[in-house]
Amino acid sequence: MNTEALAQLSNLGVASATVVLGVAWLAHLVEWAAAREVRPARRDRSARPVVETPVDAALVDAAATTPTGGGSAASVGSAPAAGGAGGGGGGSRAVAGLPLSRADRFGRVGLSLTVLGAALLAAALIARGFAAGRVPWGNMYEFAVTGALVALLVYLGLVARAGIEWLAPIVTGFTVVVLGLAILAYVPAGPLVPALDSYWLVVHVAAAAIAGGAFVIGAGASALFLVKQRAEQRAGQPITTGVLGRLPSTVQMDRLAFQVHAFAFPVWTFAALIAGPIWAQYAWGRYWGWDPKEVWAFITWVVYASYLHARATAGWRGTGAAVLALIGFATFLFNFVGINLFVSGLHSYAF
Amino acid sequence: MEPDGPARPPALSPRELGRWVWRQLTSMRTALLLLLLLALAAVPGSLVPQEGVDSLAVARFQIEHPALTPWLERLGMFSVYASPWFSAIYLLLLVSLIGCIVPRTAVYARALRARPPRAPSRLDRLPAYASFETDAGGDVDDTLEQAALMLRRRRFRVDVDPSDQGEGVVRAERGYLREAGNLVFHVSLVAVLVGVAVGSLWGYRGNAIVVEGRGFSNTLTQYDEFTAGALASPSSLPPFTVSLKQMTADFQTSGPQVGQPKLFEATGTVTAAPGEGARDFDIRVNHPLEVDGTSVFLVGSGYAPVVTVRDGAGDVVSSGPVPFLPTDSSYVSEGVLKVPDAEPAQLGMEGFFLPTAGRDADGVPISLFPEAADPALSLFVYTGDLGLDDGAPQSVYSLNTDDLQVVKGDDGKPERLLLQPGQTAELPDGLGSVTFETVAEFARLQISSTPLVWLPLTGLIVAVSGLLASLYVRPRRAWVRARPAQQGRRLVEVGLLDRVARVDPSRDLDDLVTELKSALNPPPPKGAGR
Repeated sequence: MNTEALAQLSNLGVASATVVLGVAWLAHLVEWAAAREVRPARRDRSARPVVETPVDAALVDAAATTPTGGGSAASVGSAPAAGGAGGGGGGSRAVAGLPLSRADRFGRVGLSLTVLGAALLAAALIARGFAAGRVPWGNMYEFAVTGALVALLVYLGLVARAGIEWLAPIVTGFTVVVLGLAILAYVPAGPLVPALDSYWLVVHVAAAAIAGGAFVIGAGASALFLVKQRAEQRAGQPITTGVLGRLPSTVQMDRLAFQVHAFAFPVWTFAALIAGPIWAQYAWGRYWGWDPKEVWAFITWVVYASYLHARATAGWRGTGAAVLALIGFATFLFNFVGINLFVSGLHSYAF
Repeated sequence: MEPDGPARPPALSPRELGRWVWRQLTSMRTALLLLLLLALAAVPGSLVPQEGVDSLAVARFQIEHPALTPWLERLGMFSVYASPWFSAIYLLLLVSLIGCIVPRTAVYARALRARPPRAPSRLDRLPAYASFETDAGGDVDDTLEQAALMLRRRRFRVDVDPSDQGEGVVRAERGYLREAGNLVFHVSLVAVLVGVAVGSLWGYRGNAIVVEGRGFSNTLTQYDEFTAGALASPSSLPPFTVSLKQMTADFQTSGPQVGQPKLFEATGTVTAAPGEGARDFDIRVNHPLEVDGTSVFLVGSGYAPVVTVRDGAGDVVSSGPVPFLPTDSSYVSEGVLKVPDAEPAQLGMEGFFLPTAGRDADGVPISLFPEAADPALSLFVYTGDLGLDDGAPQSVYSLNTDDLQVVKGDDGKPERLLLQPGQTAELPDGLGSVTFETVAEFARLQISSTPLVWLPLTGLIVAVSGLLASLYVRPRRAWVRARPAQQGRRLVEVGLLDRVARVDPSRDLDDLVTELKSALNPPPPKGAGR
């Protein structure tokens, strides 16, 4: 197969992945819509917040070395439900032997389509790499497609490991938007400009993409955490019905957000503050030059560092930290979109 | 100040005030606010052009925004990252950081020497708790010994409180590396900042254009642009010389990315110091030349038409390559030529060079391809006073036409010379002639020296290792209590406390209990070997 055909195949792959993911998104939106009518009692998940909240409260208390309240924590014992249930999600529902609800059926359709979309996208990216005779990380279009794929892979990995199907509408929606906008930045497959012709391209971009994919998940979890937190504060009690009832407890969402960021932050540090400067030293003769792209990578790093600090600072846990995670994600997005389009700099070949 | 009633607390003494300020500054909340402030303060530098990054862009911006410029200048907006307010934020952050590290290191050192913490009076209130009764494995102290052995195997620090009135406790703790990682991370950041400071104070960086066949000596006068740190000594740079043999710039000739650069390569010889032997070099993008602690980078290329100028008397008054600076990706290049020795009047020329000349739909000359396939040189000629005699330094890339008159053709319009290699144009009014001999390429080299360049890098690598430890090492405390129960049995209680919430300690607890039980009930064959 010649490179021209491969390039066309790649375009076809991206286009069809966009469509498939669009349908997956719709399926997940229907899932949420259906969840508004669903009866709460059947879901094992709905019982969980009641069990878990006190456990986690006790742990947080202990971590902060304040005297433990005692009463609530003692009643729970070893909290056997908490851990396994994190990955429970889909599996336990089926085991229960009850018919799947409409919402669950749409959720499954959405998940299958997401897997298909990710596979199509991966194939398209590989084809693109062969068509161009290099790693497919040479321009904004390719970075956007890569970013969407990595976000999907991180999401699917965490669906398998930690049961985060509840993030589906956010993740599928985000990737569809990214892929749609990527078409605006489309350039035909071609070789690399000399400035990018370095193995540091692979190291630097791969790390940045992985961190970015994780930031997407972290931002999604933080956003939903804020929504549910606010709703529960208004209601004055844990919410177990409707769309918000389908989400895990706020404590669980907060913890997932932290775990994802705790993974993403060191990777981002490596991408932006180690691999990037090493490459810059080789390519431009200085490891740090306050190029706009560097500035914003630094801002993103500082905001996520603040997020980690906020989680250990009284008055900032929970809501404050989640808001910082969203700000961090916003700076990351601005660096990719805003800086590429509105500000000229050394990274003018895009990211 | 007026006295306002007896309830007023006594004023803080300077010492107390100092302590209060120090406590505020080193508090977590202040660190957090300073971090956010740092992020915010970094923003304007990415939106307003920066002196240290792109001084041409600054000049352009200042011309376009005359009303805004004085205000921005007052605020230091054109060099944000060297401005007092930006420095103030990161210096405060540094102080806050050190003020946080020092006491925490002391606390940590004490914790390392201390015994694992005492057991809570009721282990059953811990988040993970299990108990069982047993009659195997000897007395209470033997049970405790088994538990201690098991916890040591799990890399706990263990301390046994032997039985006192029948009841004894094993205290254990692990995960000390978490705080160590945290401290290492923050100390490394300080090292990184020190390294960056040293690099920028003692380092220097400059640009020079070197035409094929010519050379470059590393002295200040040979630079087109030069910036040095406050403590660098530009007068004693390493005395190497570079001689450029060939500058190769290849571009895509087919495919969807026609005209995109494919390869930049500069070859030649380098001499580390006068009198030493020359060695060959080969600089490409991403592959700098290292010489005497200094790096030489290839950051650009361009064309230098070789032009010979004869004056009205027929004497050669200027001859050689004239670098024209590329203005876009097709290498449409602009340049000037100053001929102060021409008679009867000084000559100045200004124009552009097209590597592959063509015209767009409107007839405007453009370059069709960045390689010099069909070069053309277009020049306007001026006569008069070049202004070189008063000694004020001038850029060799711009012509001040204030005191010059443009040379006009027969039609009364400014005369445009359009030359191809080998062609000569006669100037009107017996001013002389201009010959476009051939085209040479030039390399734009960046020469830079950054002392201690390894320190920020090493610091960051260590920092990330520390960060990983501080994020992934999970401190855990464990206690095992044993006391006599009825019928000569013993009640064994095991409790776990995670100081950082993790998903589920219960499975670990189960493992622990199972192992302890089997250790207390050793299978008969190896019963003796405890």
